Amino acid sequence: MLRIVTARLKAFLAPACMGAVLLGASGCGEVWNDPYARPSGEDNTLYTSFSQRPKHLDPAKSYTADEAEFVAQIYEPPFQYHYYKRPYELMPAAATEVPRPRYYDKDGRELAGDAPASSVARSVYDIRIRPGIRYAPHPAFVEANRKLTRDAVAGKYRLSDFADTGTRELVAEDFVYQIKRLAQPRVNSPIFSHMADYIIGLKAFGDRLKAEVKKIEARDGKDAWVDLRPHSIEGVEVVDRHTYRITVDGKYPQFIYWLAMAFFAPIPWEADQFYAQPGMAERNLTLDWYPVGTGPYMLSENDPNARMVMTRNPNFRGEPFPAEGEAGDAAAGLLKDAGKPMPFIDRVVFTREKESIPYWNKFLQGYYDNSGISSDTFDQAIKAGGEGEATLTAAMEARGIRLNTSTATTSFYLAFNWRDPVVGGSDPKTAERTRKLRHAISIALDFEEFISIFMNGRGIPGQGPIPPGIFGFREGRESVNPVVYDWKNGRAERKAIAHAKKLLAEAGYPDGRDARTGAPLVLYLDAADRGPGDKARFDWYRKQFAKIDVQLEIRGTDWNRFQEKIRKGNTQMFFLGWNADYPDPENFLFLLYGPNAAAKSDGENKANYSNPEFDRLFDEVKAMDNGPERQALMDRILRLLQEDAPWVWGFHPKSYGLSHAWIRNGKPNQMANNGIKYQRIDAALRAQKRAEWNRPVVWPFFLLVAAMGLLAWAGVRYWRRSESAVAISA
Amino acid sequence: MTAYLVRRLVYAFLILIGVNLITFWLFFKVNTPDDIARLQLGAKRVTPDAIAKWKAERGYDKPLLYNGSAEGAKRFTETIYFEKSVAMFMLDFGRADDGRDIWFEIRNRAGPSLAVQVPVFIVGLGVNVSFALLLALFRATRFDFASQVFLVAMMSISSLFFIIAGQYVFSKLWHLVPISGYAGGADAFKFLVLPVAIGIFGSLGGATRLYRTIFIEEMGRDYVRTARAKGMSELVVLFRHVLGNGMIPILTGVVVVIPGLFVGSLLTESFFGIPGLGSYTIEAIQAQDFGVVRSMVFIGSVLYILGLVLTDISYTIVDPRVRLDT
Repeated sequence: MLRIVTARLKAFLAPACMGAVLLGASGCGEVWNDPYARPSGEDNTLYTSFSQRPKHLDPAKSYTADEAEFVAQIYEPPFQYHYYKRPYELMPAAATEVPRPRYYDKDGRELAGDAPASSVARSVYDIRIRPGIRYAPHPAFVEANRKLTRDAVAGKYRLSDFADTGTRELVAEDFVYQIKRLAQPRVNSPIFSHMADYIIGLKAFGDRLKAEVKKIEARDGKDAWVDLRPHSIEGVEVVDRHTYRITVDGKYPQFIYWLAMAFFAPIPWEADQFYAQPGMAERNLTLDWYPVGTGPYMLSENDPNARMVMTRNPNFRGEPFPAEGEAGDAAAGLLKDAGKPMPFIDRVVFTREKESIPYWNKFLQGYYDNSGISSDTFDQAIKAGGEGEATLTAAMEARGIRLNTSTATTSFYLAFNWRDPVVGGSDPKTAERTRKLRHAISIALDFEEFISIFMNGRGIPGQGPIPPGIFGFREGRESVNPVVYDWKNGRAERKAIAHAKKLLAEAGYPDGRDARTGAPLVLYLDAADRGPGDKARFDWYRKQFAKIDVQLEIRGTDWNRFQEKIRKGNTQMFFLGWNADYPDPENFLFLLYGPNAAAKSDGENKANYSNPEFDRLFDEVKAMDNGPERQALMDRILRLLQEDAPWVWGFHPKSYGLSHAWIRNGKPNQMANNGIKYQRIDAALRAQKRAEWNRPVVWPFFLLVAAMGLLAWAGVRYWRRSESAVAISA
Repeated sequence: MTAYLVRRLVYAFLILIGVNLITFWLFFKVNTPDDIARLQLGAKRVTPDAIAKWKAERGYDKPLLYNGSAEGAKRFTETIYFEKSVAMFMLDFGRADDGRDIWFEIRNRAGPSLAVQVPVFIVGLGVNVSFALLLALFRATRFDFASQVFLVAMMSISSLFFIIAGQYVFSKLWHLVPISGYAGGADAFKFLVLPVAIGIFGSLGGATRLYRTIFIEEMGRDYVRTARAKGMSELVVLFRHVLGNGMIPILTGVVVVIPGLFVGSLLTESFFGIPGLGSYTIEAIQAQDFGVVRSMVFIGSVLYILGLVLTDISYTIVDPRVRLDT
């Protein structure tokens, strides 16, 4: 209590102190530039930031990394990724174990676990959840709060305006309820269409629900609650209080990864009913704004324009800190907390920072516990080590700052529109010519240089669509794309431009001119032009193509038109990227699967690549379990893709993060978004460092006051003299 | 006066309809409802079905201005323009595309914007007028010349420079104030000191030079010469006569900006982390959120018209010769 009073007093005195100094006093001995309203530093709070306001916090809608930062701490799906182990491994979260699916043929006979995909008609997942898990306190669990009139809701704008909150035990039905919400037309979940292809009966359920919603809206109004409990999905059922079952069409091993995403986190029907009450949505009281989950944290303050605050969920199940990790984790002291209940941090404050300068400076002042590194600040933070590796600068090391690097499970690529007559490969008559042209361009586009110039070296050149950390990716000689690189002296070396020119000549364009017409070869790159900032990149692209005497025209346009062109197949070449949903190669290879062609089916195969051989191999590999057989098939697929070159395999970015010495247990993880519960803070060290780094400097004010006084004195003196002066002296 | 106000009100209504129509046309010239839906639904796994649902949910599944498939008046009323506009003229701004109530957001953001803009406006006006008076008093001296050079230099420097330099010196170097952040109530003081000071400092150049010119012009008038001839001291002449008369053009110039204080400042709010209205419109344009864009343009237009009316009224207050009845 005394501490709180002292803290409040300090908060009040700080501005007063500052005012006093402005008036000439001095001697206030505390940190004045603390950017938080209440004194911070000594509390068990993580201070971090966000730049983009989250659009959706409803787990059925949320699909971006910006949103996952919040959603993943609040909701707990059945499974999660092991925070320390690599390669990425699934482990139970709300569930008791990661189930092995049971496979059945079309006659309902159970098959062996390694049954080929062609024989599997259905896959059944029985998911048992831990008994005794309870929801974070929420007003929806108080019955009276679900019987409110519009008048009773008036004046309530936040959940904290509801006096009573409650909780209840998590049951299997809550998971089933959420799966039903994926089909709810009002929710419009981005994964509904995809899941409807797999979960048996989900599509039919969606159609039935659509009609039901229309009926209820006509009867009870637009926002009336649609209770999903009485409606059932053929392939989703509650087995008992703590077990539910999902039946998937055919064999889809990647389905289990979806169950580690918030889309499959539980939602209590009470919350759905609570938020559907009249007047709620008008006051932003929605599930999209105020989540209710069973995760380690709950959202206690939601102002996405300024700050979001999460506090420890008092009802969290008390998950133990992992005892295992990757080799070296224990030695690095990352597993010291093994077995202790998580989370360790009581409160997380996310402050919105739109500009990089204040963001970076607040990190340096110790007011943010961690930070990314922008291009502007890269040289301040990072220097090249003796062997070219990235290390911290002396200034960062002096502050005890730590560097965490990892390669993102992301691929950026330049796509060739497969339907384009010049660079595409759909016409068998010109396939060989266009293939050689694509190979020449692949060699000319020097992504090592791109990474060095535009990304401060933060990336690795791609050898195929699969980024590191995903099954199928290989290191060293085996990984090298033989179309673009030679293996020399133990490293991959980009082929010479002369080789690219030779390929270009073989493609029918000697010296960059059409051998038949003599016309120069002009290629077109479509790009979303964001203004002068893109000029340097565009110039670089032109320069790369000019190396092989090819003229490049950049067709810059706004984002909408750019997307539209890709969808309609009206492009020749364009850059895009893909960030992994889950650590399986299927999640990258499907971007090249023929039936997913954008121009044909509005799918994710934006290059419209089509190769029946690849499609066949893809169908085979996606249903296989990880192992030597799958790796061999992956190698085959990657060789085929490297040869076809539907993309120039651009690069996989590296993410660099900084954290202060008082943050413990952190390790970059590209899959798990729920990493805050593992982290620990040494608040005393933070408070000490903040005080040390932010001592107010007051002497300039005395100097300023003195200078102004001097100026005023001179002015008055001048004025008096001029007023007392006479025009003609006697 | 009443007849004048009624007439202005009618004009205002017509202007607002025109502004709303132009905003609608410009917005949908660049973005189609499909584009908006795709942007809102994200970059991954967006299906035509999801787009259709999104549009239907928000009323974007209708024609823009003319519904050829409807009959009678419904040809015009069952359109996106009509349905969105009628509600707005009833001051129901609806929800943003992310489902959040626009009026709630505007109310929440207006406070922080005003917390910065009002002190910058009031204190800034006081500082600028005082400095201009001082320069008028010391006109044609070395102090005046040096100040003029200083003011021209201030006018030439971007406000972004003042923000970055201010943050660097006062927060990073001297650790006197937070570099950015915001809190409500009394806690706001420490967060507002720097942006307000920079706002005032940044406006010093142009405004002071203008006011100095106004005051010096007044000082050459007959009534000032008469006052001096009567033996009044220069200070009395300046504060009693020149200031009063010089305030007429100053006041009429500043009243028009008062309503605009609500909409905040994009740069100041972005760099100081102030959750105001400054960036609301820009973010909405980037997010292709028509609901927010039209609401902010509407409110901006209303405030601008209000500013002009207030300016006209202020003429009658500061200059009794002006009448608004005709």
